[in-house]
Amino acid sequence: MRRIGERFTLLGPGLGYLTVLMVVPLALVLSYSIFQRGRFGGLVYEPTGENFSRLFDPLYLDVVVTSVKLAGVTTLLALLLGYPTAYAITKLPPKWKTVALIALVLPFWTNFLIRTYAWIVLLSPAGLVNDALTGWGLIDEPLQLLYRQPAIVAGLLYAYLPLMVLPLYAALERMDDELLEAAANLGARPARAFLSVTFPLSLPAVITGCVFVFVPSIGNFVVPELLGGGQTAMVGNLVRDQFLKARDWPFGATLALAVVAMLVVLLMIQAWSARRLAGEKNA
Amino acid sequence: MTLLSISQVRRRFGDVVALDGVSLDIEEGEFFALLGPSGCGKTTLLRILAGFETADEGTVLLSGNDLTRVPAHQRPINLMFQSYALFPHLSVAGNIAYGLQRERLAKPEIRQRVAEVLERVGLAHAAKRRPQQLSGGQRQRVALARAIVKRPRLLLLDEPHSALDRKVRAEMQLWLKELQHEVGITFVVVTHDQEEAMSMADRIAVLNHGAVEQVADPVTLYGSPTTHFVADFIGANNFFEGKATASGLNTSDFGQLPARAGAVAEGSKAFLAVRPEQVTLNGGALSGRVLDVSFYGGLSRVAVSVDQRDTPVLVHQHGAPRVAPGDTVGLGWAAEDAVLVRP
Repeated sequence: MRRIGERFTLLGPGLGYLTVLMVVPLALVLSYSIFQRGRFGGLVYEPTGENFSRLFDPLYLDVVVTSVKLAGVTTLLALLLGYPTAYAITKLPPKWKTVALIALVLPFWTNFLIRTYAWIVLLSPAGLVNDALTGWGLIDEPLQLLYRQPAIVAGLLYAYLPLMVLPLYAALERMDDELLEAAANLGARPARAFLSVTFPLSLPAVITGCVFVFVPSIGNFVVPELLGGGQTAMVGNLVRDQFLKARDWPFGATLALAVVAMLVVLLMIQAWSARRLAGEKNA
Repeated sequence: MTLLSISQVRRRFGDVVALDGVSLDIEEGEFFALLGPSGCGKTTLLRILAGFETADEGTVLLSGNDLTRVPAHQRPINLMFQSYALFPHLSVAGNIAYGLQRERLAKPEIRQRVAEVLERVGLAHAAKRRPQQLSGGQRQRVALARAIVKRPRLLLLDEPHSALDRKVRAEMQLWLKELQHEVGITFVVVTHDQEEAMSMADRIAVLNHGAVEQVADPVTLYGSPTTHFVADFIGANNFFEGKATASGLNTSDFGQLPARAGAVAEGSKAFLAVRPEQVTLNGGALSGRVLDVSFYGGLSRVAVSVDQRDTPVLVHQHGAPRVAPGDTVGLGWAAEDAVLVRP
């Protein structure tokens, strides 16, 4: 009993904060999903299942599918870019490791909104990228880079790439070099040793990194708003629009609930696979 | 027949000379030990043999073929790591099959060889377990199985028993030696533990400061060391400093002390080394006073203080002690039981 008491002393403040300021409001908002919208906004406390059937309206389903696609592409690109980056950082001399890690988190010192505006400057028809391309004579007309889905992916990727690199770095840094020597000793070429030893052992971190990137990407509404041209490109925008523009809180809550449910499933898969992989390690 | 020929191998790390011109010949089918304290260069030599390090100078020939430019993954040499370095994400069988899969052998053959070697190391029941689910001794047997299943020309063992407790260690030493007879692979074991080297190896090379001090079989190494380092490192010894003569050692403090002719030229500086069990407590060249007596069942250890000498002379007596602290005793030994060694 004493140990449980001790645990709560340590957990208490954080747990209390989360419960009062996050879980309760979230539960309140999500509970709106079973009620009806009032004629002039607001709520009518009469239970209905209508909000849930609206979810399957192709109009909204399309947005959800697009969101999953954009967040998925972002996650995949983050993995493809982040893995070599993390791997390269572990091979640096100790002093440069610190420099690289600081450089990696340096963008977080600036406001997210401002950094996203910077991408408008980069991608706009008269922006840096188009300037450079026309300047070098590679293109005659400025390209329409902004307000397209690739611009959204670029923005999300930029924002969340460090969340992929950091867990991968932590895992690769802990990797026992002797295992690679053992692989070489048993006849594995370096590429084979990587594929058969390093990569499988980093899988828990790969999954963690993917979840870290996918979750905030799919819920993000600032990047699609600014770089996607204000269309309701992603489910984050849709939720925001329901609450602030359409004044349809119940349906906004239902959409939010759908996203939360999706993410909970995803996190459960991650926790399950992490435990399975870790269980193999120290069972 | 010489399997492995190491000649004039040098390796330095910055200012530290890890190997200072090491030359060794290891015979086919031999159980060879590289013995030395930590930092003597034995691990560097092992890593050069495995291909994880390159020598600055010198050559390593395996059956006459130069290994220098052969990358680690192409060498017919396998290593049992000190930490065992088992793959935590693979089962016991998966670990053992790993090296065979790299040879692109057919699946049925891999299965058969894995099963055979598991049987041999007595772990057939544990094939599906993960390394983390095994005891230290079992892990070592997996590491060994993983190496011998490749049927290497040469098997390197890095401090094979350092991670095991004493009882398991003795079992594993015996087992390892039997196994070596059965499979007929040449074993090179690296260790800082003299008992381990003495009990298992056919021949031992003693390394110190990156150089070979002496290469000999265990009995010769114990009975006829050629250098002060070897005489001191292996077993216990009493040392006297002086100049070598035809019939022993000429010391400034004790005059002439008897010893058989060793590896030292007459007239040069030398040490006389005599084992505690060879010293008798009646009569002889020296006399002293008993400082301390401790009884260890089968043997008693007696420390005798001798004037003009900083360290007491150690004497082992069979059975119960026959002297008491404070007794004045003589110290003697037969000339053939003391050996002259180079400083």
